[in-house]
Amino acid sequence: MAAYIIRRLLASLLILLAASFLMYTLVSFSGDPLAEFTAVTDPDQKALLIENRIDALGLDDPFFVQYLNWLGGATQCLVPGSGCDLGLNLNNQPVTALVADAFPTTLQLVLAATVLSIILGVAIGIISAIRQYSAFDYTITFAAFLFFSLPIFWVAVLLKEFGAIRINDWLADPAVTLPVAVVMGGLSALFFSAIVGGSRRRRVAAGLAAGIAGVGVFAGLVASGWFANPGMGPGLVSLGAAACAVGATLLFTNLENRRVLATSLATAVVGVAVAYGAYGLLSDPTWVTLLALSALVTAIGVGIALTFGDIDRAAAIRASVVTSFLVGLLVFLDRTVSSFAAYSDEVNGRPIATIGSKTPNFEGTFWEVTLDTATHLLLPTLAIMLISFAGYSRYSRASMLEVMNADYVRTARAKGLTERTVVLRHAFRNAMIPLATLAALDFGAVIGGAIITETVFGWKGMGVLFTSALNKFDTNQIMGVFIVTAVAVLIFNLIADISYAVLDPRIRLT
Amino acid sequence: MTSPLTPSPTGRTPPGMQVPEREFTITARTQGQMVRRRFLRHRGAMLGFAALMFVVLISYTSIGFGPVPGWWGLDYTSTGVLVDEGNPSLDVIPYLDGDGLSVGKHPFGQDQIGRDYFALTMRGTQISLMVAFVIGILSTVLGTLAGAIAGYFGGKSEAVIMRFTDLLLTIPVLIVAAVVGNAYGESGPFFLAVVLSLLIWTSLARLVRGEFLSLREKEFVEAARAMGASSTRIIFRHMLPNAIGTIIVSATLTIAAAILIEAALSFLGYGVRPPDTSLGLLISTYQTAFSTRPWLFWWPGFFIITIALSVNFIGDGLRDAFDPRQTRVRA
Repeated sequence: MAAYIIRRLLASLLILLAASFLMYTLVSFSGDPLAEFTAVTDPDQKALLIENRIDALGLDDPFFVQYLNWLGGATQCLVPGSGCDLGLNLNNQPVTALVADAFPTTLQLVLAATVLSIILGVAIGIISAIRQYSAFDYTITFAAFLFFSLPIFWVAVLLKEFGAIRINDWLADPAVTLPVAVVMGGLSALFFSAIVGGSRRRRVAAGLAAGIAGVGVFAGLVASGWFANPGMGPGLVSLGAAACAVGATLLFTNLENRRVLATSLATAVVGVAVAYGAYGLLSDPTWVTLLALSALVTAIGVGIALTFGDIDRAAAIRASVVTSFLVGLLVFLDRTVSSFAAYSDEVNGRPIATIGSKTPNFEGTFWEVTLDTATHLLLPTLAIMLISFAGYSRYSRASMLEVMNADYVRTARAKGLTERTVVLRHAFRNAMIPLATLAALDFGAVIGGAIITETVFGWKGMGVLFTSALNKFDTNQIMGVFIVTAVAVLIFNLIADISYAVLDPRIRLT
Repeated sequence: MTSPLTPSPTGRTPPGMQVPEREFTITARTQGQMVRRRFLRHRGAMLGFAALMFVVLISYTSIGFGPVPGWWGLDYTSTGVLVDEGNPSLDVIPYLDGDGLSVGKHPFGQDQIGRDYFALTMRGTQISLMVAFVIGILSTVLGTLAGAIAGYFGGKSEAVIMRFTDLLLTIPVLIVAAVVGNAYGESGPFFLAVVLSLLIWTSLARLVRGEFLSLREKEFVEAARAMGASSTRIIFRHMLPNAIGTIIVSATLTIAAAILIEAALSFLGYGVRPPDTSLGLLISTYQTAFSTRPWLFWWPGFFIITIALSVNFIGDGLRDAFDPRQTRVRA
């Protein structure tokens, strides 16, 4: 394996070298970096500007010398400690610093969107594989094709209009109008009728009930002024925590297994107790405090599982770890959302942002800053998610269908395992192998592909760095963006191949 | 594995022989017939095909193409007087709003300088379709040839071609396309299509190479070689027909992707340039007009989605039709 990795890394370096040369040639001959000075009228000043730029960038050197200069600086990035120099851009700013500034922004955008679309896509793909040829399956198939076919910039503009501007208007004065009621009721009906499954009658009945209930709950929330000051409060948080415990138990065993259920519930109680016991500490925490508290809850949960788990210890530990994670998430969400009223005031009642990655000069508590990031992430994440989600749901459906027809799944069923164990422990794990590869490849590609999303939503990430450089024929800056995306693609390709070999022992890398 | 649709081991019935009437009669079908049958029964693919044909017909006949005039009286360059503030006059909601179906003078409305938006959208559709199909065809031909050569001959030619595809796969398509489009976009949409196909043929080349690597070891190829067939004949007459499923499906999906790539490039300003137009460029031009003239934004988007969606469905149908393991025709 080590030999394989080293060989692949060397090959990647060669590819990178060739690709960088190709790209440098393309960019250098694509236009004139001095073109912007043609508008300067004063001939002396014009000559001075041109001379300065030629001096700064070495534009008088032969092409190969320019490339070798750039390459020399870029190679230093590979050797730690020797400094990294990707050259200067047209404004004499070091490209290395620009890229280092922009990269985290892009990563933040891409990371959230990719992780969420993997989770959602895989879950939905598996459900539609298990219910193959059902109404749910057809709906998801059609939706996936539709999302595949959506131009992302078109979706992005629509999201800005309907996901931000209209919603902000509505939040300023929440009221249950007919279109709002139809949308909420329809969504709720669709969701629940898809979840319930079964015969058409059952689905229609569930849909109708859920639709009416959805509109009712929504009207109640509006009437009680919840949207001005959202949050869950201790009662609902406890209820949610209990639901998380039951869900985690169901994931690993069944509700008849009292030991596991009791352990998960105890973990949930501990979680809620810690969340409200440390209420003061949580009013403006840091990430360290949060991580320490959740580690504490997880440790207590695992302790309970170890002590009382008895014969079901393994399942109890798993269930309590999942429970503590879910409860932590719930508490985190609750606290973040609770700061909504204060946040909304500070941004003049326009909470959902359409531009940028954060409100300029925004200062507030930890929760308000988190909410600020979240509201800025919301729309671009949705835009990227819609499209990658479609791919993941299709792939996981196909892969799951293939696995469900395999002999070892039939064996698992034949020896009397429950359907849950068959699906989650035998089929799901194997179906995920090709998806690990896909996820790695996709993650590499999406770093370079977020250009459009960043442009539309005005994120100052790699995409904007790239497009602004392209318009001015700024070779060094384009190369800086290119080298980062190319390295990301190569590294994630390697990770994809290695993960395949790790997950599937039949595959040997030589 | 033979498909269960041809259970007769002897193949087709000799001509003139009377097939005895049995409880159920089975007619043998050729591979081509089976594929065609499965495809024609794929409801999604047929709907997609109909929709695509409709879009192609309406876009090329309405405003005409090149010297051929179309049936739509207005053209996409001439400005005019704003009618009803440029609102679309198309009315497809029959009788609900009190009046019947009507097309009106400007069914898709007008832009702010009074150009007929139907003609403009049709022109954009023409260019986008042209770009997508040129990319689809050219990159398929390139990818097939390169993949076939690499897979059949192996050795040095394979190493060179495969390292080159590695190289192109490393560079994000959008980034190279933007660089090239930015520099040479002035040369027109056809040139843009050629450049894009030079960038995206690599994934098909890998697929075809994989197919050819396994086909090369099959007995029928060995038999052909033993009978003295030339390499060209083996590649084109014996191996290519066996890889045609992969190629056609991939070509279809490339066309769907090409529509979106062209639109994205034009949206960023590196694709098709004014005075010519494409669907992506139309959206880019009018995105800021969303609050005042939303129809300028809706129509091109609607056409992009229709084209990409129907091509995707056709591709899905073709994949099902060519899949030898496919026993059940999807509804």
